[in-house]
Amino acid sequence: MALPVYATTTQRIGYYTFLTYCGLVFFFLISPIFIVLPLSFSSSPFFEFTREFMTLDPSGWSLKWYKQMINICGVEVTTVCTDKWMRGTVNSFYIGIVSTLIATGLGTVAALGLSRPHMPFRALIMAILISPMIVPLIITAAGMFFFYSKLGLTHSYTGLILAHTALGTPFVVITVTATLTGFDNNLIRASQSLGGDTMRTFFKVIMPLILPGVISGALFAFITSFDEVVVVLFVGSVEQVTIPRQMWAGLRQEISPVILCMATCLVALSIALLTTVELLRRRSERLRGIKNR
Amino acid sequence: MSSETISGPILTSDGIPLKVSLKKAERINKIRAFLLVLPLLAFILISFIIPIGDMLTRSVDDRYINTVFPKTFEIYKKWDKQGLPSEEVYKTMFIEIGEAKGFKIGKASTRMNYSKSGWKSLIKKSQRKFKKIKEGPYKEQMIAVDKRWGDPIYWKALGEMVDPTTFGYYLNAVDLKYDSNKKVIAQPENRRIYMHTWIKTFKVSLLVTIFTLMLGYPIAYLLATLPLKYSNLLMICVLLPFWTSLLVRTVAWMIILQQKGVFNNLMVMAGLIADENRWKLMYNETGTIIVMTQILLPFMVLPLYSVMKTISPSYMKAALNLGASPLHAFWKVYMPNSIPGISAGGLLVFIIAIGYFITPELVGGKDGQMIGNWIAYHLKTTLNWGLCAALGSVLLAVMIVFYWLYNKIIGVENIKLG
Repeated sequence: MALPVYATTTQRIGYYTFLTYCGLVFFFLISPIFIVLPLSFSSSPFFEFTREFMTLDPSGWSLKWYKQMINICGVEVTTVCTDKWMRGTVNSFYIGIVSTLIATGLGTVAALGLSRPHMPFRALIMAILISPMIVPLIITAAGMFFFYSKLGLTHSYTGLILAHTALGTPFVVITVTATLTGFDNNLIRASQSLGGDTMRTFFKVIMPLILPGVISGALFAFITSFDEVVVVLFVGSVEQVTIPRQMWAGLRQEISPVILCMATCLVALSIALLTTVELLRRRSERLRGIKNR
Repeated sequence: MSSETISGPILTSDGIPLKVSLKKAERINKIRAFLLVLPLLAFILISFIIPIGDMLTRSVDDRYINTVFPKTFEIYKKWDKQGLPSEEVYKTMFIEIGEAKGFKIGKASTRMNYSKSGWKSLIKKSQRKFKKIKEGPYKEQMIAVDKRWGDPIYWKALGEMVDPTTFGYYLNAVDLKYDSNKKVIAQPENRRIYMHTWIKTFKVSLLVTIFTLMLGYPIAYLLATLPLKYSNLLMICVLLPFWTSLLVRTVAWMIILQQKGVFNNLMVMAGLIADENRWKLMYNETGTIIVMTQILLPFMVLPLYSVMKTISPSYMKAALNLGASPLHAFWKVYMPNSIPGISAGGLLVFIIAIGYFITPELVGGKDGQMIGNWIAYHLKTTLNWGLCAALGSVLLAVMIVFYWLYNKIIGVENIKLG
């Protein structure tokens, strides 16, 4: 949408006002994410830009919070030093990876079924399968807390993995069904007529085509589990501390700049994941012959 | 079938009518498709739908108290609610308080306290002092222990508990209650907290929806009309917040909005506000709204973008060509075409906002609390799980209405991620 050469002054003013407005909105969207980065290197124990920090005085800058995050407790560290951040990282990855694997498996198979032309009650089933994404987390957490405590699953990894799997599956179902739209069923017939059995057809014909969707669905499921804090708070116990739970505790009790270091790491991770998903989406569109939407 | 035999059905090579054969093949296909979905469906039912159903039953469940005072309630039902109950009621009450173990009676008296505060301390005191009472008549002796036993209000409050199901929690969730004759009345003025919170929840969600629309519409338009190589880059700006942890973004906003935060510092430096009256942007409703707007903005932009992408630019060109002013052309041609996107984004943002819990808890302070915070409070702090479940169920009902609306207008399978 460029301005034509014959645009009047009013149109010009309007156009540039519009662009400025959009610029401000983008700034509003993106700046909060990057504000945590520099602050995590500040030596101040409070969340603020100190004078030393702004004037690039070396005493205002420090890596001590990062050291504290990876549990190296130096002399200069004043706040309580715990291994909770590292334990949280291990737990987050453990719960995230296991629930992603289960969610991806179940979700992909279900998406294959849902994309078949003969699927009965498709709308109803789809609504049920997507519901974990829509129902507010606090309701999910309350329901799971009540029900899982009857089964003795609260305060256990199993309970958390089950919960996070349920929360992650809608993303897999959505991305894989999206990849399957426009899937040419003749490819399956061709494979079968050439003697490929069901398994071989699946792994050699279907899988390579839907793989980008499967991977981005899996990444969505992973980030959902990795970010999730409400269910962890109510279903998990102190033993199942994850990164978000530790951040939550940190924000509510001792506000420590270690939170900012972890936040910086999480921003880096989200940039990496986003790039992967974007590249996959483009690859998938190229493979399926869809020109950019 | 008979009509087919008359007209002479087409047969397959093995002599079965083609229709039957086709139906059979289709049935097999249906079963196959269903079998693929079945594992996930079963998983979601067990790990997600049943727990939520469990919460729904809990919101009306009043069985526990009936297991502690079964005989008392049996006789109590015969009482005409005039004056004080008979000696028989007092006697069974006395026996059942004596029989109940510490944990059991504690839980039961907590429940009794919900309908009339004072029950808990009365039971606790009575448990200690009843040991002295050796034999009947019990009525006078119990009243001697604590004169609350002679107060009909306490007895009448038991009336709502004698049935194994109750709507008391639901009434409580909307600031109503049962009076002593089991009629629905409003809570006393000083105990009305939930209606206020419900209204605030809707207000905040609506404001957030409006603000995300105001901020999201222009940038979605820009993204949809720019050449791809620029729009792809800008799209990253929309998607990155979407992928960044909710807590990280909330922390970032805490840095910006606090009293000595970035925003106030910049304003003071620019001389726009005085150092001593810095704006209070956090720990109140304003904070909740600002932060939720930023967090939910991508959910507005993405549906808008995908709809706007399908609006052909030649419509606008045609309108301009026919003499409409740019604003008029936009309002009459582009806007109506983008309404599906507005409704999709609006409903999505509203649905997500209404159940928010983390952000109001961290930046909302006392004033910015939403209904989700009360659910969490009753779940973890007061342990009034009946009320927690009732609040959750009401919220869920509201959600389902909007979800159904969303499904009706847009269709769940059209949710796009990035």
